[in-house]
Amino acid sequence: MRAPFRIAAAVLAASLAACGQSGDTDAGGDPARPGGETTVFRADREAYSLPAANIPVAERDRFFVGNAFFKQPWVIAPASTAARDGLGPLYNTNTCQGCHIKDGRGHAPRGPEDDALSMLVRLSVPATEADAEMVGKFGAVPHPVYGGQLQDRGIPGVPAEGRVEVRYDTRTVTLADGTGVELREPRLRIAGPGYGEPGDDLMTSARVAPPMIGLGLLGLIPEADIRAAADPGDADGDGISGRANTVWDFAADRAALGRFGWKAGQPTVRQQAAAAFVGDIGLTSQRFPTANCTAAQTACAEAPNGGEPEVSAEIMDEVVFYSRHLAVPARRDMDDPRVREGRRLFMASGCGGCHTPRHTTGHDPDAPYLSGQTIYPYTDLLLHDMGEGLADHRPEFEAGGREWRTPPLWGVGLAKTVSPEAGFLHDGRARDLLEAVLWHGGEAAAARDEVKDMSENEREALMAFLRSL
Amino acid sequence: MSRLSRFSLVALLVLALCVLLWWVGPRGEADGPAPEAVAAHYADMAHAVYGDSLAAARTLRERVRAFLDEPGPESLHAAREAWRAARVPYMQSEVFRFGNPPVDAWEGQVNAWPLDEGLIDYVAPDYVHEQGNPAARANLIASREIQVGGEAVDVSSLTPELLARLNEIGGSEANVATGYHAIEFLLWGQDLNGTGPGAGERPYTDYVAEAGVCTDGKREAPVAHCRRRAAYLRAAMDLLVRDLEYMTGQWAPAEGDNYRAEFLALPAEEALRRILFGMGSLALGELAGERMRVALIANSTEDEHDCFSDNTHASHYYNFVGIRNVYRGHYRGIEGNELTGPAIAGLLRARSAEAAASVDGAMTDAGERLRAIYEAGREGERFDQMIAPGNQAGNRRIRAAIDALVGVAEATQRAAQALGLGELRPETAGHPF
Repeated sequence: MRAPFRIAAAVLAASLAACGQSGDTDAGGDPARPGGETTVFRADREAYSLPAANIPVAERDRFFVGNAFFKQPWVIAPASTAARDGLGPLYNTNTCQGCHIKDGRGHAPRGPEDDALSMLVRLSVPATEADAEMVGKFGAVPHPVYGGQLQDRGIPGVPAEGRVEVRYDTRTVTLADGTGVELREPRLRIAGPGYGEPGDDLMTSARVAPPMIGLGLLGLIPEADIRAAADPGDADGDGISGRANTVWDFAADRAALGRFGWKAGQPTVRQQAAAAFVGDIGLTSQRFPTANCTAAQTACAEAPNGGEPEVSAEIMDEVVFYSRHLAVPARRDMDDPRVREGRRLFMASGCGGCHTPRHTTGHDPDAPYLSGQTIYPYTDLLLHDMGEGLADHRPEFEAGGREWRTPPLWGVGLAKTVSPEAGFLHDGRARDLLEAVLWHGGEAAAARDEVKDMSENEREALMAFLRSL
Repeated sequence: MSRLSRFSLVALLVLALCVLLWWVGPRGEADGPAPEAVAAHYADMAHAVYGDSLAAARTLRERVRAFLDEPGPESLHAAREAWRAARVPYMQSEVFRFGNPPVDAWEGQVNAWPLDEGLIDYVAPDYVHEQGNPAARANLIASREIQVGGEAVDVSSLTPELLARLNEIGGSEANVATGYHAIEFLLWGQDLNGTGPGAGERPYTDYVAEAGVCTDGKREAPVAHCRRRAAYLRAAMDLLVRDLEYMTGQWAPAEGDNYRAEFLALPAEEALRRILFGMGSLALGELAGERMRVALIANSTEDEHDCFSDNTHASHYYNFVGIRNVYRGHYRGIEGNELTGPAIAGLLRARSAEAAASVDGAMTDAGERLRAIYEAGREGERFDQMIAPGNQAGNRRIRAAIDALVGVAEATQRAAQALGLGELRPETAGHPF
């Protein structure tokens, strides 16, 4: 058994060396340290929760202060804790950590009775020509009564917008070697709408909280590098297009490349954090100073606030610092021949066409420890048509209803160590990585079919590689 | 007893060694102590501090057992005083936590904080908890089974093993079922006085297993609650003692296969880096940052470290004392015994008088600032009152301590540079799997 593996490994090593840019042995970076010098070496449930390793000890307080505001509950105003009040009036939850569980992924409800706490539902109505400016700034036209997101909780006196109820249809996909894999497809319903029937033109999109690791590094991948990989018309004929999303950067007051969120709807970590504060917890900030109440929600608009804004600039700065500097954990088991074989299969099947292994970050004087790092996030940060099976039919900026941003794969092997219930894909429908792969369609259909056709050994090798990330 | 005598023997030997070094004369002093000797003394100090933490926890366990055997106001008071006393050595041990990965990994079960105390017992109606935490209102005292993430957990028998398993159950860090703070909550209850004077006021009748007497705070409660609360407290105490036995063993000399051996086998430079990283991390990220600045910015008692007992002023002070102990190589034990030996201070003085003076100055300054918090606390103005929005003097006192601790962290970094260790980073940064 051993010898063939050794030979295979040797052949592999040679072929990978020939791979250049995407190989395991290239100069200028260390694939064992996907976050470059920020990489941390921990593989237990704290694996996603550590500060970038290269922040000197005398500068780490900002991370820990930000961490406290990320995990401690915000409370209803007015309260003695003036700096941490202002929850709601409408909101999804009272902490960041409640959804980004242990700084990792959220998960979908198990069924109609289960709470959808670490998942949220975006709302909109179809845009018309007249909505161009709104779409250019917010990505979609919010529902006139329910707004851009369903808040399933309200402070006392403010009715919640409804309850998200998820049921699953299941079907079994049979792989070439005869293995059956059950997939579950969520069916979403808003039960007990608090402000009347939302109407037939309501568009919804369920999203589970993504992991927090490496966000600052992703923010520093040069825009030119991301755009250079875009191939909107599939000029190279590989079946993979890849489009950049163009979104609104409120700080710069101009259109900008979208990087964060399931459809790349946010340009920066700071704006993403401010949007999550106001959308998910109901907290205003300098960036988004208005509470998320629509004109129809009078009790919401009249409720006391927790200051103007509710998240002070000081706290926002520390939470953003924290969010940018959560480290990516190191790879494990890289010398395992199965892992090496898995990586070869990953690249050979075309997965690496979108899950681009390597990038180098640019320079930001405000983030010296994230600058100039060679990183291995396994994403191109571009939008891809993922097929009808995954479509939410709800556009966001330039992302269509079938398009999703390639999510980074770094750290994915520790997802369930960090949070055993962690789910994959935008709505958490995939319970493990194989299910996630099998849901791929559209531009990824060819790569998915390669996986379906694999022998059990090959498939196990591919999974071993993913687990090593 | 044998531990104590061994400790005094070690202390005596170290003392003798120091005196010898002292007499050897100016040449030895000019070179400073050997880095290996600094590392060895650091390990000795860790052993002494954890040993004291263990001894104080055993005393606490005795007082707790006495209280549970005969619940009354006096026996409750004695148990609470023993808890406060147990914090004195333990808080001094935390400087060993951050530089040494196995200690940091072990720490969660012992001193995790903050907690959603509704996991453990009854809480006030306005209790605030993380909504994503499925166990935030589980109330183990009143339940035989709890539901977490679709899973039913049998909690009918409150064993140390079960409590350990309940930590972070459902993925929430706020689920803390064990350690000092769980015990603190069981002895004091919630502090419902906000930023006003007063700590938790749990009545001793919460532990009287008699019908008509047993309470849940101000309410009469089924006898089973008092029985389960007592069982919980016993189990949590047993686990704490067991955990401290383990960590004391990890630093014990002549046990061979422990962390001390691993630590002393490190290249001296790496050992020094761990020592300094631990000092700087506790000073800045943990103490000045998470434990003080957050509470001050938020004016929030939910962010207060020893929030049930209002012992925070002392805990913060002894955290700092731990840092200074390691720097100076001097520890005063709980029995008044002194442990002195080669340390970073001497090493630094020999390499760079300037860097040494800067750390000395930062330590003196921080010592005064933390002492001011401690004294104010002892005189009745506790940490939760100091952080009140209108308390300018209290706010200033904390702000000054934070600034002084920033100074300690910066001086620690300068010390590392002067010792040729470069940037202080966690040990894990250079550690392949």
